[in-house]
Amino acid sequence: MRRRRREPGVPVPLLVPAVLAVAFLLLPLAGLVVRAPWGELGPQLTSPAVGQALRLSLVSATAATGLSLVLGVPLAWVLARSTARGRSVLRALVTVPLVLPPVVGGVALFLVLGRQGILGSWLDGTFGVTIPFTTTAVVIAETFVAMPFLVISVEGALRAADARFEDAAATLGADRWTTFRRVTLPLVAPGIAAGAVLCWARALGEFGATITFAGNFPGTTQTMPLAVYLALQQDPEAAIVLSLVLLVVSVATLLLLRDRWLSRAVR
Amino acid sequence: MSTRAVPLVLPLATALVLTGCGGSADDATAAPATTDAEGPTGTLTVFAAASLTDVFTDLGEQLEADAPGLDVQFNFAGSSALATQVTQGAPADVFASANQPQMDVVTDAGLADGEPQVFAANVLQIAVPAGNPAGVTGLADLAREELTIAVCAPQVPCGAAAEDVFAAAGVPPAPDTLEEDVRAALTKVELGEVDAALVYTTDVTSAGDAVEGIDVPEAEEAVNDYPIAPLAEAPNPEAAAAFVELVLSEEGQQALADAGFRTP
Repeated sequence: MRRRRREPGVPVPLLVPAVLAVAFLLLPLAGLVVRAPWGELGPQLTSPAVGQALRLSLVSATAATGLSLVLGVPLAWVLARSTARGRSVLRALVTVPLVLPPVVGGVALFLVLGRQGILGSWLDGTFGVTIPFTTTAVVIAETFVAMPFLVISVEGALRAADARFEDAAATLGADRWTTFRRVTLPLVAPGIAAGAVLCWARALGEFGATITFAGNFPGTTQTMPLAVYLALQQDPEAAIVLSLVLLVVSVATLLLLRDRWLSRAVR
Repeated sequence: MSTRAVPLVLPLATALVLTGCGGSADDATAAPATTDAEGPTGTLTVFAAASLTDVFTDLGEQLEADAPGLDVQFNFAGSSALATQVTQGAPADVFASANQPQMDVVTDAGLADGEPQVFAANVLQIAVPAGNPAGVTGLADLAREELTIAVCAPQVPCGAAAEDVFAAAGVPPAPDTLEEDVRAALTKVELGEVDAALVYTTDVTSAGDAVEGIDVPEAEEAVNDYPIAPLAEAPNPEAAAAFVELVLSEEGQQALADAGFRTP
């Protein structure tokens, strides 16, 4: 099928709302940039407390994305390909964290994994392991909130992927696991990459579930969003600088990934 | 080109049970003692520290009963967030802060109408889960590494007060988490996830049976005064004055004392 040559320019009914959308999304960021006390940026960037929070944020968001990939891609496959009954109910259930206020998610995690929680009390009693107020708790809280973004993206990619390739693989004698590894995964790689980016970004900005379930302690559980929130209580200017640091680092990471890896996958 | 099947996300409506205010005692307000021929009308907007939620809600209902035609709206939040909102031009009539510095933010901006008045005070207390599983007896236990301890972050009023108390007692605390506000610290005690937290006496009172309070003698070093002021740009100054008067009246002071506040 040959694509028709595109007309130059954007139709006005699309252009106007698109410009409004850009303004709506970028003006608050511009506000941050305009009001930022730039003189403080240097000292803040080099302050050990900020470095600590930034490192913790990057490490935990990356770990949460890894965990989401390991668990979320198979889940997306089940949702997209399985023919079992109750699939739509399952899909609705796994996307609950999307609509749940994150603070409520944090309390829910306590009820399961907390010291008094259903699983947590057993972990504590049997192995002496307590999860709340540790870096592990940060990763769990972020995964809980961010994984649905990955699952939804990957499921969409799987449904959009041409099933004939998988059928062809099956007729050539490949079992479903081999087909998944050799055909399906490469086919939906761009969707997985997009989902992982969405998941990572959501995990990086996670606040509510983290501060509830993991608490807030510098070096262990204080991620950048928590540091920003607490700075806002006392010194709004410092909070603006911290927000910019988080913004710059996340945008830089995403651009770098896009150049290095995403663009190749998308092509 | 393949047709794209967009997965339908079916968000489950999550019913969140918000804590409503308890039933008001209607008969208690049957005979208003001092009311003008016609009380204030319209809408009164009160910005008040989160710790005042229960008492002020009751007082607001009382004022509404005394002045038919008046609708009292509250915005309960952390004092620093409220002070920021007031200085950013939020249309509030009254501001009640949980400490002096946040009221100073508002007065320094020239936004308070007259001198703020202290109407209550709050002291810190150790909160432990019912039954006190870790056997906490005093401030010194909050330095034990093996216990899970929550203290407010130094950026918020209860955390600033906690720092003063620990300094006065010469106890280096060993917290596992620095909570963003006092209610978050209390919640963790209620859930049994921490062995002890340093919160306000009024929070322990409001938590009921789920939480036990342990007095801290050193807390006298850091008593938090609660100032209240009508705002200079109040849309409803008459109602603002009536509310401040009610809070400072004998009735208002009794309600505060019942909730665990100290009254001047």
